[in-house]
Amino acid sequence: MKWPWQHTKEYPPFWEQYESAFAKAEQKPLAETRFIALDTETTGLDIKKDRILSIGAIAIKGDTITVSDNLELYVEQDHYDPKSTPIHGILKKGAYDKISAIEAIQRTLHFIGTDIIIGHHIGFDIAVINKMLQRHHLGKLKNKTLDTGTLYKRLQHPVNRMNMQQGYSLDQLSEALKIPLYDRHTASGDAMITAIAFIKICKRLAQNDTLKLKELFT
Amino acid sequence: MKNTIAYRIYDFLKQFPPFQFMAKRDLLEICELAQVQYLDKDQILFKRDAPYNTHFYIVHQGAIKLSRPSHQGIKTVDICDEGDLLGLRVTKEDSYRTTAIANEETIIYALPMEAFATLTKENKAVSNYLITSFASNIKDPYTLENSGQLLSEYDPERSQNIYGVSKARFTEKVIQSSQDISIQEAASKMKKYQISCLVISENNIPIGILTNRDLRNVIASGEFTATTLVKEVMVTPVICASPDINVTQTQLILLTHGISHLVITKDGTPQTTIVGILSKHDIVVSFANSPIGLLKEIKRATRTKHLRQAWSKTMLLLKRYLDQNLPLSQILKIFGELKDALIHQTMQLSLRKMETTPPVTFAWLALGSQGRKEQLLYTDQDNALIYANSDTENPEQVKQYFLKLANRMNKRLHKIGYDYCPADMMASNPLYCLSLSEWEAQFSTWITTPTPENILLSGIFFDYTFMYGDQTLVKGLTDHISEKLAHQKVVLRHMAKHALKNLPPISFFRQFIVESNGEHKDFFDIKHRAIAPLSDAARVLALGQGILHTKNTSERFTALAAIDAPNRELFENCSYAFRALLKFRTKRGMAQNDSGRFINLEALTKAEKLKLKRCFKPLRDVQEVLRVRYQTQNI
Repeated sequence: MKWPWQHTKEYPPFWEQYESAFAKAEQKPLAETRFIALDTETTGLDIKKDRILSIGAIAIKGDTITVSDNLELYVEQDHYDPKSTPIHGILKKGAYDKISAIEAIQRTLHFIGTDIIIGHHIGFDIAVINKMLQRHHLGKLKNKTLDTGTLYKRLQHPVNRMNMQQGYSLDQLSEALKIPLYDRHTASGDAMITAIAFIKICKRLAQNDTLKLKELFT
Repeated sequence: MKNTIAYRIYDFLKQFPPFQFMAKRDLLEICELAQVQYLDKDQILFKRDAPYNTHFYIVHQGAIKLSRPSHQGIKTVDICDEGDLLGLRVTKEDSYRTTAIANEETIIYALPMEAFATLTKENKAVSNYLITSFASNIKDPYTLENSGQLLSEYDPERSQNIYGVSKARFTEKVIQSSQDISIQEAASKMKKYQISCLVISENNIPIGILTNRDLRNVIASGEFTATTLVKEVMVTPVICASPDINVTQTQLILLTHGISHLVITKDGTPQTTIVGILSKHDIVVSFANSPIGLLKEIKRATRTKHLRQAWSKTMLLLKRYLDQNLPLSQILKIFGELKDALIHQTMQLSLRKMETTPPVTFAWLALGSQGRKEQLLYTDQDNALIYANSDTENPEQVKQYFLKLANRMNKRLHKIGYDYCPADMMASNPLYCLSLSEWEAQFSTWITTPTPENILLSGIFFDYTFMYGDQTLVKGLTDHISEKLAHQKVVLRHMAKHALKNLPPISFFRQFIVESNGEHKDFFDIKHRAIAPLSDAARVLALGQGILHTKNTSERFTALAAIDAPNRELFENCSYAFRALLKFRTKRGMAQNDSGRFINLEALTKAEKLKLKRCFKPLRDVQEVLRVRYQTQNI
């Protein structure tokens, strides 16, 4: 029997599909695992209030990023904060092929599947996406995530780790890892930088022995 | 769907051949199919004899080393850096000929070979590039000259200078007179202003013209007297043109009418006011392209101002020669002649201003890069004066005379465009205006006491060249130095050590060493890092072999090659590399309107960078020769 408060929601088929895939997902060796580097550009930094303007994501497998395996979405939003425009450069009525939020959700879920999501300060990106999902009465993302900021810290000697700033920006990370700057402050460009950073960090972490997937999460 | 990453790859690739020859749409299509790959240092991209991958590669960041086995073990064939293409199947081979290993952390773009082949099948520029680069890539880096030719063949930006369409320059100050003066008055007016043509006008409207030739014809006819009025003999109607006429049009009009002067009026008709006059001479000057013409102009100059004008035209000529890619040795020869004439004429003008003739014979010397005849651009003056020993009671008086002369010379050269030497290495400095015996003593000191300052000075003073005056004085000095050097070898070791101070940026295959601070941060100092080390090396080696007849770096290397069989190839390569670098610097200097010393690497094309880099190999090898020959590590 069901308790009244245990009301089960009716989810649309695409969500059911997304969710159920996790049960069947199997773990592969690190070199064959598909990772998704992801970044969002938002109207601001307030998770409750601000909205996603664009999502950029690109797939990584082993040492290789395949350019065609990417996602680049511009989302229609009513909420708009002119203050953040100078950063991401997306104007409300910009000349982009914008899609509705629900379509963006469907395409994003389809693209990421059950793969591990990598991002720089990924917590924020996941939170805004979850908020968007919530507004459309969907559940939260179920993918595992990895933060390049956190991973990078592991490369540092424990002594230096203490001195590292709390927020290590993507610019600082690219400089430290000598990553050519792509389009900074576009979702796709930042996703690309994150992807290269991730490959570089993995290489360095695996310096002496072979790195295993689960070690990334420790 | 928009794909920003593909666009970024496109932006990168389009800078490099052969992608720059592809249509935007095609290249973008390829970019969308690209993969981005990261390689750790020493990671293998592909192995020799392995079958070709479906993709070929372009280095985005970092460097890939290509190697193959040879009888001496593994031989590095090439180092590919940013924008270099590798692993492309050009011939019918079905496996890699080389092994590709990351020389450092590297990011590469992998592009599908098949799609690329399909899209570029019809593109001749692309296939030409691939064939030539494939042919040149497998050559040794020493075959610089050949690869240079290959590269220049597909340089799409070479433009031919278009002559004749430039606007003709005319004289705005027009000497006019009324038609009611006598021809004698007209003639004296022409004499006074030193003009060959008098424009006869009324209220600034041209009504006739009177040229030297017309006057001559008038007198020859015997029908007129000196009091004949101009209006009876002047030539009408006046052929006019508008101010925007170009050089070719002017030539045509002058030719069809058989005249030597064109009056420029406001709208080009004889009904409007006069704004200028254009003579045949102006046209010749505006072409100003024959060195012979310039030589004449320099030799005829009666004022420094004229020399200055002639010399700035010489610079224009130089630019054209460089644009036409004439061999630098030829350019240097022509400019050597012109420079000699310039100094000669400047000296004539200076001597004319002196109250008396020189008390003893003297010679004017050029020093440093000018002494080596390697200076094409305007730079600082480096010069010295040497005068004959005299038994006069008052040697100070003799010195004062030459100091005064040198002062005039330095001032004139400054006016022509050569800056004063900031280190005051000029003949007007009492230290460098000396008699022969004083100079001999000075060189003896430099040779016997090789302090760091002396070594630095010797780099400038050992490269002296006779420019004007009594050549026997210079020969005397050279003989003295030659004899001194034969007994004092230690100075050469110090000079060798000094020559090794600036190491070439050779260890940085991928990147040039750029200046890390100061005004020229992130610029490549071609003089300091490449040109100066080569001329330093040439000087030491030439002095060591007693080669004193030439000071020119390239010629020094050629002379060395002739007497040093084991190093013949190396010295020949040095000679070539030096000329290539010098040409490069001169071209850059012309483009940047400065000394060309600091090069913005980002402004260079891929081909230029490649060419530059290849010049460093002989430099590194010749420095090794210095190190071994003079045992520099022991001092």
